[in-house]
Amino acid sequence: MIRTALALLLLAGGAAAASPHSGYWDASKPIRAMQDDDAANPGFLWVQQGETIWQDAQVPSGQSCRSCHGDAASMRGVSARYPAFDAKLGRPLTLEQRIEQCRTERQRALASAPESDELLAITAFVGTQSRGLPVAVDTGGPAASSAAHGQALFTTRMGQLNLSCAECHDGLAGQHLAGALIPQGQPNGYPLYRLEWQSLGSLYRRLRNCLTGVRAEPFPPNSPDLVDLEFYLASRANGLPVETPAVRP
Amino acid sequence: MARVLVNVPKTAKKGDVIDIKILISHPMESGQRRGDDGRVIPRKIINNFVCMLNGNEVLTLDLFPAIAANPFFAFSAVAEESGTLSMTWVDDDGTVQTQLADITVT
Repeated sequence: MIRTALALLLLAGGAAAASPHSGYWDASKPIRAMQDDDAANPGFLWVQQGETIWQDAQVPSGQSCRSCHGDAASMRGVSARYPAFDAKLGRPLTLEQRIEQCRTERQRALASAPESDELLAITAFVGTQSRGLPVAVDTGGPAASSAAHGQALFTTRMGQLNLSCAECHDGLAGQHLAGALIPQGQPNGYPLYRLEWQSLGSLYRRLRNCLTGVRAEPFPPNSPDLVDLEFYLASRANGLPVETPAVRP
Repeated sequence: MARVLVNVPKTAKKGDVIDIKILISHPMESGQRRGDDGRVIPRKIINNFVCMLNGNEVLTLDLFPAIAANPFFAFSAVAEESGTLSMTWVDDDGTVQTQLADITVT
């Protein structure tokens, strides 16, 4: 009888994994409190830096983000849509790539180094404007094949451990791997502050960790495969609130 | 200059308990770790933190290497007089940084 009840509970757990569940709820209470208090959330050190960058005129164009976009409140809702499909390029772009595109093409400034503090800061600042809005990534129309490719990567076994993302983060989410809870792997809080990193980090840094964890070769930064995977991951989180900058253990 | 987030109420009633919070971006390198080249990364931490109000000491902290990067200090004090809170911290390399916050007590 007890065994049947347990099996039913497990089934219920499996069914719940189908609806998106933010990693926020898997974090401990003190970590949630840290994320909720803007004065205690270390991610806001980067957001504050991003606010300065927003107003900084870039050499040589003399243009700042503000010159065209005005107040940062105009960015509300933007990060909820990213990664977004770029019709001209025929592939999705992450928010970082879009910001870099704007920076190099319109501000005519030098590209930032990937994962530099500056790029993380401006991305976090733009992302924070959408806090609380539901993730709404559009994978319809011409974007469908990119999302399908991302999903294929998500379900492909990789590395020496021969694991796919889906195996744990879809199939076993909510259960434990040794002492650690397996989260669904929802990317609704990036860039986020991870206590383990003692720094803000991008979704790419997280994925690189995952891939080396299963002993696979990580995708090169900004490679189309990586972006398609990020695109699929974001669409999988559709409906969850944007938490940028989130705090995770 | 390290990035800093300070949270001090702008106004308070006399006798109220106020919360003072400060978050400092700092690597807090413990001096115990080795870099990729195998050499010890030299210690670099904030070793002292002082909070003063109008020249009177509110709180002094001696910090040690076990504190994580980007330290966050939260403490409470009784609001007695208006003035400027100055928070000063000293780095191992001798850098001193001060952050000011005004408070009006009525």
